[in-house]
Amino acid sequence: MRVPISVTLTGALTGAMASSALAADVKLSIEIPRLSVAEYHRPYVAMWLEGADQSFVGNLAVWYDLKQKNNEGTKWLKDLRQWWRKSGRELTMPVDGLSTATRPPGTHQINIPLDRAPFAGLAAGEYQVVVEAAREVGGREILRIPFKWPLKSAEVLKVQGQNELGTVAVDLKP
Amino acid sequence: MRLAIKISAIALSLCVPLAAQAHRAWLLPSATVLSGDDVWVTVDAAVSNDLFYFEHFPLRIANIGTAPADMPGGRAIAAAELSIKAPDGSKVEARNGSIGRYRSTFDVHLTQKGTYKIAVSNHGVFASYKLNGETKRWRGTAEALAKEIPETAQDVKATMSQSRVEVFVTSGKPTRDALKITGAGLELEPITHPNDLFAETPASFRLLLDGKPAAGTKVSIVPGGNRYRDKLNEMSVTTDKDGKFSVTWPTAGMYWMEAVVRENATAVKGVNERRATYIATLEVLPQ
Repeated sequence: MRVPISVTLTGALTGAMASSALAADVKLSIEIPRLSVAEYHRPYVAMWLEGADQSFVGNLAVWYDLKQKNNEGTKWLKDLRQWWRKSGRELTMPVDGLSTATRPPGTHQINIPLDRAPFAGLAAGEYQVVVEAAREVGGREILRIPFKWPLKSAEVLKVQGQNELGTVAVDLKP
Repeated sequence: MRLAIKISAIALSLCVPLAAQAHRAWLLPSATVLSGDDVWVTVDAAVSNDLFYFEHFPLRIANIGTAPADMPGGRAIAAAELSIKAPDGSKVEARNGSIGRYRSTFDVHLTQKGTYKIAVSNHGVFASYKLNGETKRWRGTAEALAKEIPETAQDVKATMSQSRVEVFVTSGKPTRDALKITGAGLELEPITHPNDLFAETPASFRLLLDGKPAAGTKVSIVPGGNRYRDKLNEMSVTTDKDGKFSVTWPTAGMYWMEAVVRENATAVKGVNERRATYIATLEVLPQ
């Protein structure tokens, strides 16, 4: 299930924003599509950073059903299949600063400070932001957004999901 | 024609409950990769033609229940032993076991994190001999063979059968302690963890006979769901001198793997032949 990725570099932004780039974080915007299905559950979503060879570097965020009693929402974490084998099965959920509740349809933004893991001390090289979504009684989708580190100029990288994810964008500023 | 097939199928299941000729023995877990705190799996166990549909006979398991006495071909089959090994190597009892007309079923409560090995094994001796011109059949243990077959018997043919049907399930992170082999019969020693199998990704294993490499052995791999496709899509590989073999799974799904070793000599007195069978059901996940 490797999804071909089309990366859109929004060139217009680069010049203007590079000079005023003060915010030291990576903005990740994730669109959860509104689906017309009989039984809808909000998707579980995992976001992580990996090398160009798909080696795991670090987690960015995990959205799962925190509200169920006795932590029962952890039962479906393994449906985030790639994340589960790369990192999830090593963790005990919930993880402070990583796991939060699932989100409704719409566009959601999260900010990851550059002075914190996994960006702090990140060696130069090629990386990708990975977003994996899995929905109970629904499908699964995984998107990858490659970028080069360290950042040379500000850029917004976008990729379009097909089923479980809408537009996923990474706003990178050096 | 149809009748003939039916009769031979029943006869076969009478003699060699775990041997897979036209039909196949299997275990099917409800899941192999699990997360969460209160983790259970349900395992179906059956002998069937189609994978993994229970349409022929249940896999007889000694310690999970009693088969209905009115079942066709029922009583004569010796039940196999179920053994469930936890990640720390301890034994776990099956729960909620039952044997139905077409399948056996039981639950396993995965109270530890890590990998469990669930195995159904059977061993025994099948013999045929002539007594006063009449052909007789016998089955039992290797020890009972000499005692129970009359000394005046002629043309004694005895085959020792050892079979093992396995599945692996993991709660949380995969571990390897439960994967250890027993050293008896034909067994699988995973090199790639059996709960870390992915489509289009090669996985390797070792096949061992009595703990030693089973070199040059054919391993047959059939993807599940053959009821709804015309071709069996069987893959066949042969083990190398170290008993190693490698499989690249074309797609995600449940796969049935089988290997059989036949030997014309055994260490057991009076037994001319040995047949050792290993079967595993392996789940391959999407990338």
